[in-house]
Amino acid sequence: MQVLYGRHHVRVFRFGLRLVRDEQVAEDLISEVFLDVWRQAGKFEGRSAVTTWLLAITRFKALSALRRRKDVGLDDETANAIEDTSDDPEVVAQKKDTSEALRKCMTALSSEHREIVDLVYYHEKSVEEVAEIVGIPENTVKTRLFYARKKLAELLKAAGIERGWP
Amino acid sequence: MMAASKKMLDQEPSEIELLLPFHAAGTLNARDARRVDEALASDAELAKQYAVIQEEYAETIHLNESLGAPSARAMTKLFAAIDAEPVRKASVSVNLSARVSEFFASLSPRTLAWSATAGAVALVLQAGLIGAVLVKNQNGTFQTASLSLNESSGPITRDLGSSIAAPPRALVRFAPDARIADITALLNTYQASIVDGVKDGMFRLQFGNKAMNKDEAASLVNRLASEKIVSLAVATP
Repeated sequence: MQVLYGRHHVRVFRFGLRLVRDEQVAEDLISEVFLDVWRQAGKFEGRSAVTTWLLAITRFKALSALRRRKDVGLDDETANAIEDTSDDPEVVAQKKDTSEALRKCMTALSSEHREIVDLVYYHEKSVEEVAEIVGIPENTVKTRLFYARKKLAELLKAAGIERGWP
Repeated sequence: MMAASKKMLDQEPSEIELLLPFHAAGTLNARDARRVDEALASDAELAKQYAVIQEEYAETIHLNESLGAPSARAMTKLFAAIDAEPVRKASVSVNLSARVSEFFASLSPRTLAWSATAGAVALVLQAGLIGAVLVKNQNGTFQTASLSLNESSGPITRDLGSSIAAPPRALVRFAPDARIADITALLNTYQASIVDGVKDGMFRLQFGNKAMNKDEAASLVNRLASEKIVSLAVATP
């Protein structure tokens, strides 16, 4: 368990943190996720990668944690209101820092879009693995990511940054 | 050739466009990766979109890496929770190797280290026992087997009733020129273990874990007695 934890806890923490947006809650999530893994180790049949299994449990735990939190709504409007504590995308754009604006706009995506962007780009999960983690059809994985990217482009455009697509 | 990218965003994206992010992340299978490469080589618009995707890919990694790592509190909490869990019983259906793996995986490194030390000590003791009889035998003095029938080294549970069958046992004296490797090989062949130390130059061996009927046990002891490195073998309770 120590080896498994040592190898994957940072990944689990970051994925959880991007979902729950609270470090304390994300740290609690890690304990819950790995405790579940310890309890259910016999059920893991090795049909998917360990990370896929871990991220699926993390996602489930994160959504449960969000549901438990009375002070944070699940709707994107509320989530977006919470994260906008510093510069908004327009201000960032004025700094002529496209990379920073891009990261800011990524943070402003809906949780559904953030999740799929992270799973594909950061966690390097395939279409099939994302489908397994999120529990949606493979075609939906592809189209959801496309529309997440489209939304990102719109946010950047609103911030005055044109990247040539769309 | 029809362009793989869609100029109008209100149109549905093409199949290749949908695969671009996965291509950037390197998670496509070989066939799809080849299709995307071919499309990128022939469609400038698609290549432009792919460049944007590579930027998104790099920034997503940058963003996630900037999130840092959890504190030690998470680990402390986890292992405290695991310690508080009830001890799990291994399923009967789980195969032996899985159970052995699970057992060792459940041990802390310190426990594992102590277990390994204990195992090593046991091996040394057994080697010592074998070595002792060899040294004794090499004294050149011939001894007859002098069995003491009132010897009661068996476990108490054997007295619970004769109906409870025990695996066969024998008192064995090895030939003076027997090597440790030969004795070890013989023990393996007969699935035997040394259950009692040297007494009058003899070892008490137990064969397997299952009971045998009288004939089987006698046959086994006869076979053992005919071994080159065995100078004497007699059945014993």
